[in-house]
Amino acid sequence: MGERAGTAVSLGAVTTFLGLVVALPLAALGWRSASDGPHGFWTAVSSPGAVAALELTLGASLVVALINAVLGTVTAWVLVRDDFRGRALVDAIVDLPFALPTIVAGLTLLALYGPRSPIGVDVAYTRAAIVLALLFVTLPFVVRTVQPVLQELDPELEQVAWSLGASQAVTFRRVILPNILPGILSGVALAFAKAVGEFGSLVVITGNIPLRTEVASVYIFGRVESGSTTSAAAVAVVLLALSFVLLLSIGAVRRYASRHDRA
Amino acid sequence: MRVRTLALLVGLVSALLAAVASRAPAQTADVGLSLVAYSTPREAYAKLIPMFQKTPAGQGVSFTQSYGASGDQARAVAAGLKADVVALSLAPDMDTLVDAGIVDPRWKRQSSKGIVTDSVVVFVVRDGNPKRIKRWDDLLRPGVSVITPNPFTSGGARWNVMAAYGAWLKLGKTRAQAQENLLRLFRNVSVQDKSARDALNTFLSGKGDVLLTYENEAIAAQLANQPVQYVIPRQTILIENPIAVTKTSEHRDAANAFLRFLRTPAAQQVFADYGYRPVVASVLEANRRKFPARPGLFTIDQLGLGGWRKVQRDFFDPDKGVMATIERKVGGVSAG
Amino acid sequence: MPRLGLRSLALAYLAAILAGPLALACYRALEHGVSPAWRALSAPDTIHAFELTLVVTAVAVPLNTVFGVICALAVVRRRFPGKGVLNAFIDLPLALSPVVVGLALFLLYGRGGWFGSWLSGHGVQVLFALPALVLATIFVSLPFVAREVVPVLREIGDEQEQAARTLGASGWQTFWRVTLPSIRWAVVYGVVLTTARSLGEYGAVAVVSGRLQGRTETATLRVQERYEGFDLPGAYAISIVLALLAVLVLLAMTLVRPREGGV
Repeated sequence: MGERAGTAVSLGAVTTFLGLVVALPLAALGWRSASDGPHGFWTAVSSPGAVAALELTLGASLVVALINAVLGTVTAWVLVRDDFRGRALVDAIVDLPFALPTIVAGLTLLALYGPRSPIGVDVAYTRAAIVLALLFVTLPFVVRTVQPVLQELDPELEQVAWSLGASQAVTFRRVILPNILPGILSGVALAFAKAVGEFGSLVVITGNIPLRTEVASVYIFGRVESGSTTSAAAVAVVLLALSFVLLLSIGAVRRYASRHDRA
Repeated sequence: MRVRTLALLVGLVSALLAAVASRAPAQTADVGLSLVAYSTPREAYAKLIPMFQKTPAGQGVSFTQSYGASGDQARAVAAGLKADVVALSLAPDMDTLVDAGIVDPRWKRQSSKGIVTDSVVVFVVRDGNPKRIKRWDDLLRPGVSVITPNPFTSGGARWNVMAAYGAWLKLGKTRAQAQENLLRLFRNVSVQDKSARDALNTFLSGKGDVLLTYENEAIAAQLANQPVQYVIPRQTILIENPIAVTKTSEHRDAANAFLRFLRTPAAQQVFADYGYRPVVASVLEANRRKFPARPGLFTIDQLGLGGWRKVQRDFFDPDKGVMATIERKVGGVSAG
Repeated sequence: MPRLGLRSLALAYLAAILAGPLALACYRALEHGVSPAWRALSAPDTIHAFELTLVVTAVAVPLNTVFGVICALAVVRRRFPGKGVLNAFIDLPLALSPVVVGLALFLLYGRGGWFGSWLSGHGVQVLFALPALVLATIFVSLPFVAREVVPVLREIGDEQEQAARTLGASGWQTFWRVTLPSIRWAVVYGVVLTTARSLGEYGAVAVVSGRLQGRTETATLRVQERYEGFDLPGAYAISIVLALLAVLVLLAMTLVRPREGGV
């Protein structure tokens, strides 16, 4: 199979699938958001509640993505390079935030870190609760995108560095990090996107106070419930557009990092 | 080795699909009714449907049931979810279906004005009511933490808001004063859950001094052995839950027979057992101890409120309504 | 020692964010004894719900896996304009909150939607039936396999593949014998993530399912129903079973992947 033909076929398959599953719904959404005209769109998007919700969601999602970048990498490292009793068990439960319905996530976090917290930590109904719930639902991402890269990483590279006298920190920074950075950034992009779209766990634990702890997904839900589907679609479209820009940026950083590294 | 494992997986999946396919419900020649309702009366209908099926009108009628949040269900039916009978939590959700052409605009002309059950707004308080919360003005006291769902995501919250507003009108306040009181009330609201059930859960998990909710929610919680105590304020709104047969129903006779059955004393007593106020006067009187009367009881059509369509526009328009302005003020944004 | 430090950090993080809620969910499922949990699990509607969830998962996961691998190969190994945009596009579905996914699908396939009249005219049921459940599930788990495979593909480089081609291997042989074994971990993790997500998805599926008892109620919808009925042990019990299913899939995938010495 020629190179060109292969590209065409695989691209064709990918585009068709993406088109059917992703592009069509997004197009319908965009269409709906425009039903009130540009003025209606702008009014919907610039209302104080919408702006506050968008800021809150994007800000919290970025914070969570960055925390994941660090702690997720540490976790992946420990799961691949370290060995301790129960490591396999820990490895097995990393994906569980995905398997649990969001309401269970919300309720258990509320029980542990809310008014009746057994450890005396009460962050429920504050902005901190947003970060907490998002950390739970995005936990698997960076861990699982870095793990396979670490597993494929040639240990010889590190051994060579050590034998040349590099310290562990330098080895990490110069040898390991550049190789796992694309993996980290993949996970970061996923974590960010997921955080932006999270609803079920947040709606139980944040208190949904408009302009203070109401995230974008709850604001949009409120709009739909009030019959303002068009303004809901408008805010959703803006949220998606801003997320898309951020995802493009993360992708650009990723490309820069990989290109920079190729010796 | 890989091919064999792949084959094994394919085999497993096929077996699974076959098992599920063989369980598909057999088509019967009987009448099948689809009931789409809001979430709380699920257990009541679980009892009522078999009762109906034992009556002559209900012989051979099978049911598909769907329960979910009232607004969600209305939107699903508007988007094509097949329904013969829709039972929702408040009239605006029924209006969604009227506007979508699924329910006849004259649905209110049925007996009992299209309502199948009632309830009232109550205060759920902590054990022993330590903060002595009995009247609407008590909710305005500094330091009282009020839990109510978000009025834009929850029908239940809209009943709460109108109960408060109407109560103050009944107490002689002017419209401006009542709205000012609503603002003060919402300054005391510390959590706005997305639904009435979530709000109850928040209250039960230790947050807040008082929860505004439906009487039937409070009773349902008590029936489930939750530690719930409630107070019915002197002035409160009559919550009316609408029900209707859809225009798109293919079994109108059976559906209407079901509605007639739901208004019989026997069926209304079942509703009463689950905490709903009956719409049939005799059954309500028989259950008076459970459902005390209140002198200041009013409905959404009284006190000049103008009915739900007007109230939705005036109070709950997401941009220009009274509640939108209040939420902005509470959130610290200057008016406008 | 940095190793112990990292391990403690990772374990503390996992304990606070993940293990705590999981343990609490297990406790709550069984705190009133086994019978409330068993009653909820053995109810006919629950069993049907599990069957439905498994069917939806069995359809969505393979589709997403094939798409993900093809997409990853296209993105890493091929050159074409707009690659960065495609990359960001794949992550975008995650950023849609459940109500927005539902809204978009309603706008496409609902009464009055873009395809609504065509579908009802031809007697095809998308919404409130299995196809909508599968569509929603694919949508929310779309990027996982692709995102897992892309960093690994980049990391391993294409020298081996090129060597195979010069030795006369066809495209398919190269893929099956050279590429696939080196991305096996990534595919495994991608499949596990996708499966876990399919098992645990609530929001988007809830909106498009119609919640028809005994027909379109998935396991997560059953959890919600038990929660509404004040049956918290039942709700948690079903959730724990979903979590166990996800762990089972991880174990199965770990055993299925071709063994290799070392890691």
